[in-house]
Amino acid sequence: MGVTADAPIPQNGPALSQEEMERAYREMLLVRRFEERAGQLYGMGEIGGFCHLYIGQEAVVVGIGLAMKEGDPSITSYRDHGQMLVAGMTARGVMAELTGRSGGYSHGKGGSMHMFSREKEFYGGHGIVGAQVSLGTGLAFASAYRNEDRVSIVYMGEGASSQGQTFESFNLAALHKLPCLYVIENNRYGMGTAIERASASKDLSKNAAPWGIPSRKVDGMDVAAVYLAAQEALEHCRSGKGPFLLEMETYRYRGHSMSDPAKYRQRSEVDEMRRTRDPIETLKAEMTKHGIDDAFFKAVDADVKAVVKDAADFAVTSPEPDESELWTDVLVGE
Amino acid sequence: MASSILMPALSPTMTEGTLARWIKKEGDQVSSGDVLAEIETDKATMELEAIEDGVLGRILVHDGAEHVAVNTPIGVLLEEGEDASAADTVNLAEGGDDKTAPASETSSSSAPTAPVAAPSPVAEPEWGETEEITVREALRDAMGAEMRRDGDVFLLGEEVAQYQGAYKVSQGLLDEFGSKRVIDMPITEHGFTGMATGAALTGLKPIVEFMTMNFSLQAVDHIINSAAKTRYMSGGQMACPIVFRGPNGAAARVGAQHSQCFASWYAHIPGLKVVAPWSSADAKGLLRAAIRDPNPVVVLENEILYGQKFPCPVADDFVLPIGKARIEREGSDVTLVAFSIMVGVALEAAEELSKQGIEAEVINLRSLRPLDTETIVNSVKKTNRIVSVEEGWPAAGIGAEICTVAVEQAFDWLDAPPSRVCGLDIPLPYAANLEKLALPKPEWVVDAVRKQLGD
Ligand SMILES: Cc1ncc(C[n+]2csc(CCOP(=O)(O)OP(=O)(O)O)c2C)c(N)n1
Ligand SMILES: [Mg+2]
Repeated sequence: MGVTADAPIPQNGPALSQEEMERAYREMLLVRRFEERAGQLYGMGEIGGFCHLYIGQEAVVVGIGLAMKEGDPSITSYRDHGQMLVAGMTARGVMAELTGRSGGYSHGKGGSMHMFSREKEFYGGHGIVGAQVSLGTGLAFASAYRNEDRVSIVYMGEGASSQGQTFESFNLAALHKLPCLYVIENNRYGMGTAIERASASKDLSKNAAPWGIPSRKVDGMDVAAVYLAAQEALEHCRSGKGPFLLEMETYRYRGHSMSDPAKYRQRSEVDEMRRTRDPIETLKAEMTKHGIDDAFFKAVDADVKAVVKDAADFAVTSPEPDESELWTDVLVGE
Repeated sequence: MASSILMPALSPTMTEGTLARWIKKEGDQVSSGDVLAEIETDKATMELEAIEDGVLGRILVHDGAEHVAVNTPIGVLLEEGEDASAADTVNLAEGGDDKTAPASETSSSSAPTAPVAAPSPVAEPEWGETEEITVREALRDAMGAEMRRDGDVFLLGEEVAQYQGAYKVSQGLLDEFGSKRVIDMPITEHGFTGMATGAALTGLKPIVEFMTMNFSLQAVDHIINSAAKTRYMSGGQMACPIVFRGPNGAAARVGAQHSQCFASWYAHIPGLKVVAPWSSADAKGLLRAAIRDPNPVVVLENEILYGQKFPCPVADDFVLPIGKARIEREGSDVTLVAFSIMVGVALEAAEELSKQGIEAEVINLRSLRPLDTETIVNSVKKTNRIVSVEEGWPAAGIGAEICTVAVEQAFDWLDAPPSRVCGLDIPLPYAANLEKLALPKPEWVVDAVRKQLGD
């Protein structure tokens, strides 16, 4: 079938055009600043419960977003704010859901882990580790059933990749040749458990091999690499050849959720990652090499800051949901 | 412009904390991501990171300060190049200059919705001396004691070993018992529950910790079809001495998939025993009994109770019987039946009712299967009224069972139809105001009692 994980992806010219680089920079920065703000609002008690930040992993969702086509559905875990912003959901609506207000995507009833957008084909935010993998396989099933030219993007952590239903899904997707791109976001930890202590499989990109699902291991801190791999994988899925698996080697800078003291790793590990492999800084350096000047970065910084500030202002001033919302949306037609 | 650094909320249940120590000194340059200080929360020591670049202009709350309320200004961050005197311009009373943070009603929303200071019960009189310990410590001590007693007992689950428990219930157990008996699992509930159940069929005595009972749904097939039924299906040849435990019910603002009560689910199943501790004595006594029991036992704990202190017998051999309820408060006018965190709610309601001249008897069920129908029925015969209080949903719930027991076994003593106080019949909403409206509170219990009295 010509796709092996080991041969480099054929490439002519630079991976990203200038326009794509600019878009990638803006989107990664938006996710970063949005998440920093969410962390701040959590600290102020405006956001409650669990809140899982995406900081450090921005290149994954942004790179894949660049390669997706309009209408491709996506689904992920509770670490979902980045996915939603890249799917085109508004910063206001997402932030207001985090604060549990009526202006949020679920009118405050879902919270950080549970948000959806029919319009943007984003199927959530799931709190049960691994659940999104079979649900996402179902999204692909539906596309195949309806003969639609859509590939569903299914994100999971490396922790989730060990759940039984992940392997069951691989089998189903291969058996039915479903247009499904599985993306393992290997950020090395599932809560406090390092991957080495959770998976006997040393190469997660090979985890779908028994079902003949092609795969690649990708530098998930490099948005260009993510984009190239996603393009190849999506093309494979779209051409009717069935599922594809991408393992993204990435890293989360913050604790698992806001209440994680992160004692299971050395501070120096985080600092080293930030210093040497930060996806935003890496792209910025690349862009500077291409002659993009400081004025561009300054303008984007200011713009993103304004969007995030506007979202935060909205999120803390949007009213709490009306009490009548308690009883709505339990069943259709009632 | 100078801005204040606020005491952050760092966990869903934190309202105040200790400023353990500053890592940066006044005058230090900081960049976003640098650790500024260490904060002790209700569960752990956390690092406070800088969100913006600048200079730590002033420290307002010093090392070791305890009970620092969330949102208190603890320091001042100056912009680069700004003079230290700019620190004086920060309006501390209003929590700094951050205009995006109007003090809204929800700023206290990270506090648990359940009552914090539940009335303390008289500890087990027959067990002598007691000490005040948290429910978390009681559970840990129970596991420790049983693991010391019996080499066949071991603990497995996600984050139970190196991380010391996602909710710190297994704190210290890895150190004492080693990684052969305190075993971290990958996120594979179906698989590891099946594995533990298989080990139990050979006579080992696993304790399976579910990080929360919500995730036991991944494994529910093994709990019901493998653990609960094998004894019967083998004509009594096999036994399955296993404990399934973890926090059950609503925590604080964690949304519908993480906030639900599985009491009636598990209490429905023949072949299982189900206990639901409220106090530290309940927790220690019932968990020890569960571990010793030769049958599969589900222990439904509660995250909000973990940090609450109650007197608990210190006796080495303290254990409670499974299947026996406890009368927490005697009364003559109405029986309130509750379990787990709702015992506190029922006791608060009883205090309020007492002010109104109504004396409620409060029964802490402790065990849901078997159910102590004798204690319930005897109480109804005395008070002639019964209200069940549970956090779970009404349909086919524990309350339905309690009311049926009263009707079937004490019908002639009842002066009013039995009634139920339950969580609202909806998935639990995330929004702070809606969540508060959805879970039973003492007023609901008071109302239910008054209704029976014809008010
Ligand atoms: C079935 C289930 N088990 C356990 C949990 C608790 N839990 C939430 S996130 C998490 C770690 C998941 O790690 P990973 O899949 O690597 O995703 P990451 O958080 O790193 O993005 C665990 C154990 C859960 N939500 N669902
Ligand atoms: Mg992970």
